[in-house]
Amino acid sequence: MTELNLLYTDVEDDLRRTVRDLLEDRLGPSAVTAMYDGDRTIVEPLWRALAQNLGLAGLLIPEAEGGFGASAREAATVCEELGRAAAPVPFLTSAVVATIAVTGSGHQVVAELAAGVTTAALAVPFATAPYGPVPRLAATEGTVTGSVSSVAGALEADVLLIPVDEADGLAIYAVPVSEAIVAAVPSLDMSRQLADIVLDAAPGSRVRGDAAASVRAALLAGAAMLASEQVGVASWCLAGTVDYLRERRQFGRPVGSFQALKHRLADLYVSVESGTATARYAAAALAADDSDAEVATAIAASYCSNLAVTAAEEALQLHGGIGMTWEHPVHLYLKRAKAAQLALGHPGEHRGRLADLVDLPYEATDAGKSR
Amino acid sequence: MNTQTDVADKLSEKVTTFLAEHDPVTTDRVEFLRARFDAGLAWVHFPIGRGGLGLAPDLQQQVDARFAEAGAPDNHPRINVIGLGMAAPTLMAYGTEDQLDTFLRPLWTGEQVWCQLFSEPGAGSDLAAVATRAVRDGEQWVVDGQKVWTSSAQNAQLAILLARTDPDVPKHAGLTYFICDMTDPGIEVRPLRQITGESEFNEVFLTGVRIPDSQRLGAVGEGWKVANATLNNERVAIGGGPVPRESGMVGVVAKSWRANPARRRPDLHGRLMELWVESEAARLTGQRLRQKLAVGQPGPEGAAMKLSFARLAQRLSGLELELLGEEGLRYDDWTLRRPLEVDFLGRGPGYRYLRAKGNSIEGGTSEILLNIVAERVLGLPPEHRVDRDVPFRELAK
Repeated sequence: MTELNLLYTDVEDDLRRTVRDLLEDRLGPSAVTAMYDGDRTIVEPLWRALAQNLGLAGLLIPEAEGGFGASAREAATVCEELGRAAAPVPFLTSAVVATIAVTGSGHQVVAELAAGVTTAALAVPFATAPYGPVPRLAATEGTVTGSVSSVAGALEADVLLIPVDEADGLAIYAVPVSEAIVAAVPSLDMSRQLADIVLDAAPGSRVRGDAAASVRAALLAGAAMLASEQVGVASWCLAGTVDYLRERRQFGRPVGSFQALKHRLADLYVSVESGTATARYAAAALAADDSDAEVATAIAASYCSNLAVTAAEEALQLHGGIGMTWEHPVHLYLKRAKAAQLALGHPGEHRGRLADLVDLPYEATDAGKSR
Repeated sequence: MNTQTDVADKLSEKVTTFLAEHDPVTTDRVEFLRARFDAGLAWVHFPIGRGGLGLAPDLQQQVDARFAEAGAPDNHPRINVIGLGMAAPTLMAYGTEDQLDTFLRPLWTGEQVWCQLFSEPGAGSDLAAVATRAVRDGEQWVVDGQKVWTSSAQNAQLAILLARTDPDVPKHAGLTYFICDMTDPGIEVRPLRQITGESEFNEVFLTGVRIPDSQRLGAVGEGWKVANATLNNERVAIGGGPVPRESGMVGVVAKSWRANPARRRPDLHGRLMELWVESEAARLTGQRLRQKLAVGQPGPEGAAMKLSFARLAQRLSGLELELLGEEGLRYDDWTLRRPLEVDFLGRGPGYRYLRAKGNSIEGGTSEILLNIVAERVLGLPPEHRVDRDVPFRELAK
């Protein structure tokens, strides 16, 4: 077996540069901060530029279905940049999770997603892990009824993809947001604000039946891509803190020359390098449809979820008082990181799945229980 | 035409011819190794005439595999780690033609084992504080001092030695690098017993040791620069091919978990899975680093790898004892032994736990490695130093 490439290809580097240039041009931290006060005006034009002008909406959709036919490697590179900028766009929720849930269904929503004219969200709580049962709604005669809470990407969506319980398993229905009550909820991370959804006999169009595998694949890819986003968050925190500690002077010298601080950043660097390796491996394994893809995803999701939180917490502490202010962007990354840690499966859920996959199960034996 | 394949094919032909002319089974071991060196098949990336063919270093694996396949004797590389990994590249970088003629071949064949006389009781992390004196006496140098943590000193014929030749200049400027004969009557080697019970290392006392000036490596006062060439090679040794999942300590612990269902507890399982994931992260980081090096993007990330390795080895070996319960209370053997190499997996779990404590000290403490990462990788300002411009003689010791 040939070893998977864990580096960035030239194509991926070019894509990264394009996305980074656009984000640097269009998105300042103050626009993200403003979202915490309810100003979401940045979202729509920024997402249109990324989705339509750069064509990122159709990145993962096969060319035959109108997309770019790129792989998880390229999508992961995009996610890194979005994490690095704490970008408030629904790439992960629409172009990764929702897209994978419906790809290959033949439904018209796929072509609309590919063109970037429709944005979709899979209506499951953002905390849903790829391994457990998915909460389902009920459908009768083409209408869907029920509620789902804490859905990411719903506020930006035109179409909600609803997991529905059918006699012979799970189906996905597409419901236009105009037919649903989508209530924004104050969220820990307002750069990916959640919404509660209520459907009352909402007319929907059946996208596919026998959808359990599609939903699972969508959530799994979501977890893997989120790991790359978390690497981006952590990289920003590391780089920004290094820059700050080189400039900031106390006791007559740059505080970055103090071992107590530089060792913490060196530790963080080691972790960011490790996280990058795990996220790259997950992306490469998914792209190659490798048999190790699920293990790779669980490793990356478990490692990078905690990495991003550690990086943001360290960044805040090492910035001192300025890190605690509304004005400095470090809090945007802390909120993004902590929310992302709970998203698409907690690290403990990923490690639990991993334990089964690599034959390290925890089975409480009688001897164990008695202690 | 693919020139890379072409080179590999020609090299393979060369090995075939060599093996036809030197029967690996009937030829005397040392004669065989000397002939292999002379044929340029010892380390193919070395120059022609110096045991190599001036080829890319990654071609060596293919050559070694061919010789192993043919049942040829090897040069016991694990017994001469310092010689092969550190002395040889330093010789290539700074040695005179005469020095290369004299030392390279017996070094590679293992006829001469090397050790390293660098660290001292007063010069550990601060290696440039070496106090062992070398005083010129005509065409010779007379050396007096004490070295420590010297592995293989009891078997070595030669040593690379860092000594102070001028105490009246700042510490980095007054050092000189020598090749020292370990059979000199002024050398006394005393085993240093470790917490494991065995003795991998030695103290070496040098009293009136005489070294001819022809065995000086680099200029007088240039010792720090030459020593850095040696130490860089120490950290570059990340190793060859892909490492399979669950290699090393994590594999030992995973095996123990699978074999002992009765001792499973939720807290231990939590720690096991956390360390398993971290071990995979470290393994993949190493894989990524190897891929970078192969396309020529080298960096000082080797220091980061060593940090991860030390931490994991220590935490995993501690967990292994806890997984074992009662069995973890026993120890395999406290007898004073002098092993030629560290046999991590061949010994018991108690040994592994104790020996792993050295992983964050040997070859650069984790604290020094963190300084290296912070300063050379992240570009943070250097430590505040009080000894940089002060003559060595005037430093507080």
